[in-house]
Amino acid sequence: MVLGMPTNKPQTEPKLVAMLAEFDSVDSILAASEKVRDAGYTKWDTHTPFPVHGIDDAMGIKPTILPWLVLGGGITGCLGGLALAWYTNAFEYPFLTSGKPQFSLPANIPVIFETTVLLAAFGAVFGMLGLNRLPWHYNPLFKKKGFARVTNDRFVVVIEASDPLFDKTRTGDLLSSLGAICVEEVED
Amino acid sequence: MTTLTTDNAHNPVVDDNKVLGPNDNAYQDPTHRAPLVTGKHDFNSITQTVTDLSLRKTPKAWYVAFVISNALLVMFLYCIFELLTKGTGVWGNNNPVAWGFPIVNFVFWVGIGHAGTLISAILFLFRQNWRTSINRFAEAMTIFAVVCAGSFPALHVGRPWLAYWLFPIPNQMDMWPQFRSPLLWDVFAVNTYATVSLLFWYVGMIPDLATLRDRCSNKIGQFFYGLFSLGWTGSSRHWHRYEKAYLLLAALATPLVLSVHSVVSFDFATSQLPGWHTTIFPPYFVAGAVFGGFAMVVTLAVPARQWFGLKDFITMRHLENMNKIILGTGMIVGYAYTTEFFTAWYSGHHFEQFAFLNRPFGPYSWAFIVMFCCNVFAPQLFWFKKCRTSIPVMLFVAMCVNVGMWFERFVIVTTSLHRDFLPSSWDMFVPTRIDIMMLIGSFGLFFTLFLLFCRFLPMVAISEVKNVTPQAHPHHHHDDGDEANKGGHH
Repeated sequence: MVLGMPTNKPQTEPKLVAMLAEFDSVDSILAASEKVRDAGYTKWDTHTPFPVHGIDDAMGIKPTILPWLVLGGGITGCLGGLALAWYTNAFEYPFLTSGKPQFSLPANIPVIFETTVLLAAFGAVFGMLGLNRLPWHYNPLFKKKGFARVTNDRFVVVIEASDPLFDKTRTGDLLSSLGAICVEEVED
Repeated sequence: MTTLTTDNAHNPVVDDNKVLGPNDNAYQDPTHRAPLVTGKHDFNSITQTVTDLSLRKTPKAWYVAFVISNALLVMFLYCIFELLTKGTGVWGNNNPVAWGFPIVNFVFWVGIGHAGTLISAILFLFRQNWRTSINRFAEAMTIFAVVCAGSFPALHVGRPWLAYWLFPIPNQMDMWPQFRSPLLWDVFAVNTYATVSLLFWYVGMIPDLATLRDRCSNKIGQFFYGLFSLGWTGSSRHWHRYEKAYLLLAALATPLVLSVHSVVSFDFATSQLPGWHTTIFPPYFVAGAVFGGFAMVVTLAVPARQWFGLKDFITMRHLENMNKIILGTGMIVGYAYTTEFFTAWYSGHHFEQFAFLNRPFGPYSWAFIVMFCCNVFAPQLFWFKKCRTSIPVMLFVAMCVNVGMWFERFVIVTTSLHRDFLPSSWDMFVPTRIDIMMLIGSFGLFFTLFLLFCRFLPMVAISEVKNVTPQAHPHHHHDDGDEANKGGHH
């Protein structure tokens, strides 16, 4: 995920950062992904207008750790809600209402439930954005005119120049052999 | 059971157009899964149809609708001004009926706010793919309805400038809210619901905002769509986490949506008042909320698909499915109404029995009759397929339900409060001019927000709709990738 990382050096001349190949169907992107995966590339990605079914296997994407972040958010919310109710009503400001006990779990369950869901949801959303390194508004891919169609009807394979196997000619040949509509260089 | 897989959706034996006409996918043919999107759409035409609604020149009719909604919104703000400067006496709330219109309106709007998350979350978990065309729309409706709902309890506290006392914020008085009170539960439930619904809506919209960013030609649009799409590139590695996040949000929102209206019902059910103090309230309120929420979705979806040319996406089958849900939840609501009478009789409790005789036969019997006819009788039309698939009939029923569900809350609040235990404390509730203007004005707030949404944001979940089209499914690319590429499938 080095792509798009800002470099502190002042840029003088455009540097090749990736090779890009465009496809026009789900089947061709899946076939292409398998070939790129089998060729041993690691720093590469596909860009699609919607989540393509089966692409995780075709690309060899490992399951995300996101569910654990959500679990962590949920546990934090649960304990936080419990602590909040206990601290404010039983410890800091004990106040007798209708002869109810100062602290009892059943009366506090609704609030604890809500804080659990809230923080778990934060875990899901901000965890997803964090793992995806979003927001990230600068990206050399956006300089490619054709790349704008990736949010419409194009399927794109991008192999980064920082991949150890990357070689301008050989990577270009591989991408051309996959039946791409076009193969382009991405410069930054 | 190969006939039930999506791959068979375009079984060449059955031609969609021949069954019941080009835009009709409401037929029942068990050997053939009806298409979720009609018309001959490819990815580009889906993008085009939806993004054009946001990127085209503003139509004149939009301005007309916006001015009308804004006028109502101004009326709403004027009522708030009256309330803040003169006090709660501008309302008809009195001593037995202390809740009056503000709480009726609150419960009404929160209820409407349920269909969005139900469609998004519960139908998503059940893999009901027909949700994709209407979820964005319904989620937006949810958020705007919750905005309307939230304004009422905030104003109803009497001194709204002290509404922050509702939240556990450290303060100079060294006081904290009362966590054993259902009213505080409500604060947490509604705020959590509003936040999670907003996140769900926004996360779902990120890829579509990126589509708008890439197609927008004016600088201001590019800036804002670009800003809010967060630099989305459609990366498969991103999609992987994104889909997981969406699934987890749906799993979290499902118990949440059920809990919110349950907690709202606790406001009533945990009190000692006959007519409120009943264990049936949580499920009854949730079913009522889904019922009313779907009626509002139908009310909004029918004109929207007409005006915005979305008939291929919001198809007759979508409307029919929603009408079935209205029928089903309407039956639950009708059952709950009846059970309440049985429980009152069976309890042998003097005050309880009186409260339930007072509803259909007391001074507010007209409100009870309106409620019962609108909510229980009107949806019975949906037993008939002709009615379920008829635009005028479904609009009529949906409007009945909208009215009926408002009256349901009016009946619950007013009839229970106005004659409680001691006849000496009985009184009638009469709404004032401000009460009625505030109810109408809240629709101004709702429609203003909704029109802004229709104008600037993607009304249909573009990437999700693409995902349910047949082209989005791979066709054994290992063996005959070339054949599939030639488009032999269509």
